[in-house]
Amino acid sequence: MIKHLRSAADLDAPTATLILDTAAEMAALSGREVKKLPALRGRTVVNLFYEDSTRTRISFEAAAKRLSADVINFSAKGSSVSKGESLKDTALTLQAMGADAVVIRHSASGAPHRLANWVDGSVVNAGDGTHEHPTQALLDAYTMRSRLGRLDGLKVAIVGDVLHSRVARSNVLLLTTLGAQVTLVGPPTLIPLDVAAALAEKTQVSYDLDAVLPDSDVVMMLRVQTERMQDSYFPSAREYSRRYGLDVARMKKLPEHAIVMHPGPMNRGMEIAPEVADSPRSTIVEQVANGVSVRMAVLYLLLGGK
Amino acid sequence: MAYLIKGVSILGAAPADLFLKDGVISDKADKDAEIIDGTGLVALPGLVDVHTHLREPGREDAETVETGSRAAALGGYTAVCAMANTSPVADTAGVVEQVWRLGREAGLVDVQPIGAVTVGLAGKQMAELGAMATSAANVRIFSDDGFCVADPKLMRRALEYVKAFDGVIAQHAEEHRLTEGAQMHEGEVSTRLGLTGWPAVAEEAIIARDVLLAEHVGSRLHVCHVSTAGSVEVLRQAKARGVRVTAEVTPHHLLLTDELAAGYDPVYKVNPPLRTRRDVDALRQALLDGVIDVVATDHAPHAVQDKECEWSHARPGMLGLETALPIVLSIFGPQWELIADRMSRAPARIAGLAGHGGDLTAGSPANLTLVDPSARRVVDPSELASRSRNTPYAGMTLPGRIVATFLRGEATVLDGKAVK
Amino acid sequence: MAQPRADAPSKIILAESDLHRVVDRIAHQILEKTSGATGTVLLGIPTRGVPLAHRLAARIHAFEGVEVPVGSLDITLYRDDLRLKATRALGRTELPPGGIDGLRVILVDDVLFSGRSVRAALDALNDVGRPSSVQLAVLVDRGHRQLPIRADYVGKNIPTALSESVKVTLTETDGADEVKLLGGLS
Repeated sequence: MIKHLRSAADLDAPTATLILDTAAEMAALSGREVKKLPALRGRTVVNLFYEDSTRTRISFEAAAKRLSADVINFSAKGSSVSKGESLKDTALTLQAMGADAVVIRHSASGAPHRLANWVDGSVVNAGDGTHEHPTQALLDAYTMRSRLGRLDGLKVAIVGDVLHSRVARSNVLLLTTLGAQVTLVGPPTLIPLDVAAALAEKTQVSYDLDAVLPDSDVVMMLRVQTERMQDSYFPSAREYSRRYGLDVARMKKLPEHAIVMHPGPMNRGMEIAPEVADSPRSTIVEQVANGVSVRMAVLYLLLGGK
Repeated sequence: MAYLIKGVSILGAAPADLFLKDGVISDKADKDAEIIDGTGLVALPGLVDVHTHLREPGREDAETVETGSRAAALGGYTAVCAMANTSPVADTAGVVEQVWRLGREAGLVDVQPIGAVTVGLAGKQMAELGAMATSAANVRIFSDDGFCVADPKLMRRALEYVKAFDGVIAQHAEEHRLTEGAQMHEGEVSTRLGLTGWPAVAEEAIIARDVLLAEHVGSRLHVCHVSTAGSVEVLRQAKARGVRVTAEVTPHHLLLTDELAAGYDPVYKVNPPLRTRRDVDALRQALLDGVIDVVATDHAPHAVQDKECEWSHARPGMLGLETALPIVLSIFGPQWELIADRMSRAPARIAGLAGHGGDLTAGSPANLTLVDPSARRVVDPSELASRSRNTPYAGMTLPGRIVATFLRGEATVLDGKAVK
Repeated sequence: MAQPRADAPSKIILAESDLHRVVDRIAHQILEKTSGATGTVLLGIPTRGVPLAHRLAARIHAFEGVEVPVGSLDITLYRDDLRLKATRALGRTELPPGGIDGLRVILVDDVLFSGRSVRAALDALNDVGRPSSVQLAVLVDRGHRQLPIRADYVGKNIPTALSESVKVTLTETDGADEVKLLGGLS
């Protein structure tokens, strides 16, 4: 088993599949009355969150607690971090506390890689800057597999701000490792030439959402941050929504079996219409539940053994 | 002190004896001369760096004029041009004279201050360039390095104004609107790593503008740390048209690529950023062709805490003085004429340093360095004379050992060690 | 525990037909000791306990026409030696539709050795329900207990040295029915 989960690129197909299979067993166990499992008793998991992300932190916290790990939440606000302590000094503190795993969310791309140099325990990337969010990709893959039965050969459209999306990066890496065919869709400003070049072997690029939808098994809508407008990536929310938003009319172009995903939090009415978000095709609530099972699997596989 | 260097090869020529006396190269031996065995060594004119950050005043925890001077001497340099982005900024005669005096006191290399183009490097108002030029520091190169002189009107005026005292503007070419938040070269690697890109065009667009401005006003322009293949093409065309432009390239841009960012170790973070293999190849060719005139280190010491952190929080810059010649040797081999020109004569000419970059013939100032090209050394950051440790070459085995350096006939380095 | 080498000498303890007879005998014993296997659930411990539990249920059905519910109980997350070895993949826990509350649970495993697996199984069982009683059925008991645990149904007692190991293969999981003793360290 790997030691850290810093990037979806850390996962080869057998390892990724093992995580998804383990998550399925974890999900089955979570239906019972006693949800706690003793596997990580005596182990310490630190949630080191430099960015507010209540949903991700709670998901990791629930996962670690269900496996009986001791959980320490170390959030940037009101801690030594907000007093200017460096990542390295924080790492040394966590090291002295005997953290077996550090789950880190950070606004700087690559912060988990840096952290891994300074702690002996496992490092799990819970989102770093505009780089990656590998457990989100794992839960997305898990959701696709449980809804559609497979990943190999699945046609997945990832729509929106690919350039700044850590979810998109991790999904492209993981899904292509597992045999899915990914198409990136969005305005050219948000899928510049280098994105295409970096990912071209594995993915296709389209600027036309309507053309892609009829041949998609999965359409994953990315959150579009409104500050991108100020930076001239697109002229207005209205124009973005008209060209790249998933509304009811567009949803009808999808094949019967296709599902609609969103990593949350959503901008309803911007990249996704409320009717679409709440439709039976939407897996948005499922994704949240699956997140705990997938994170249990990751923590167990990283920390459960020698 | 007089020296007799026995059996040394001047620029790769057949071994001969070299005499130093009274600060100049002499044509006959002094009977009290200290004898240095030059067997297997190559004598080069003392190297000249037109782009060094010495950090004093302001960041003496990262480097001082003295420690930087020692690093320079150990690297074979006899003169360095100290960039203006200190704190306070070297934008007045007072600050440049202070740096110049500190250099004299250290006495290891000639420290030639560079003056800021604009007050506080703010890009708004021209600094008192004439006062700096006529100060004791005798400033000839002006640069806002670290920042681009972005305003085209201000750049035009500065280019014109310094003609009165044969000055030159050294431009840090970076169209800042295209590099907001930039962390590394914009390309496939930056996309993969999720780091905001610094596009090549942001450099090329400014160089293109500036060569046109220099052509328009008939002024000299020097371009700092050229890093892209596209910039090389712009310079090649400008030089072919007769524009008075010179350009520098750093050892790191001649050797390293953006792939090194993959581990997010900020020791590889630098501005302009490491580019691609294609750019590296174009820069090497340009240096050979003379499209790029000089190798300049952009020696940029940083305190440990400014590099032992997240990539995007780290300061850009790398050490360079002690490794520049070995890096160049590793790339180009023992092309001593090329090395002497690009690392000594041409930079001395650009900086207006008359006593440096001369031929090693009788009567010339005895500014020279002795290199053992057959020695190989592993770069160990802890052994560097610089106060900082941010070398990207740690652990690399590099050819060439600087055995001795002489500044006006006095040894600053002997037996590979600084004399003081 | 030292493992015998793959090429260590081996001895067949139960051939295919012996193994079938042993399963039959356990099925009979269960029927006898549980008054016809009423109110009973068989829970196999993965990997090989699960097909064994299914076989026992099938034999019980063949002998008496009684349907005994069968499930599986994975003990991986309850093992006390998780940290001593590389991370193990999980097996499946699947309780029969009627659950186990108030019923007699018979845990089924292939080999009883230190007793630690059974202890883990008792902990796991505790988290999934409250049976009225718990029994243990094993194909082979090789001795060397480290905990105060004994089996209620034993197919065959095999005295072993610690350096030896017992290898059970089943058609469902390994392609053949057989029990082998793999020789000591050579």
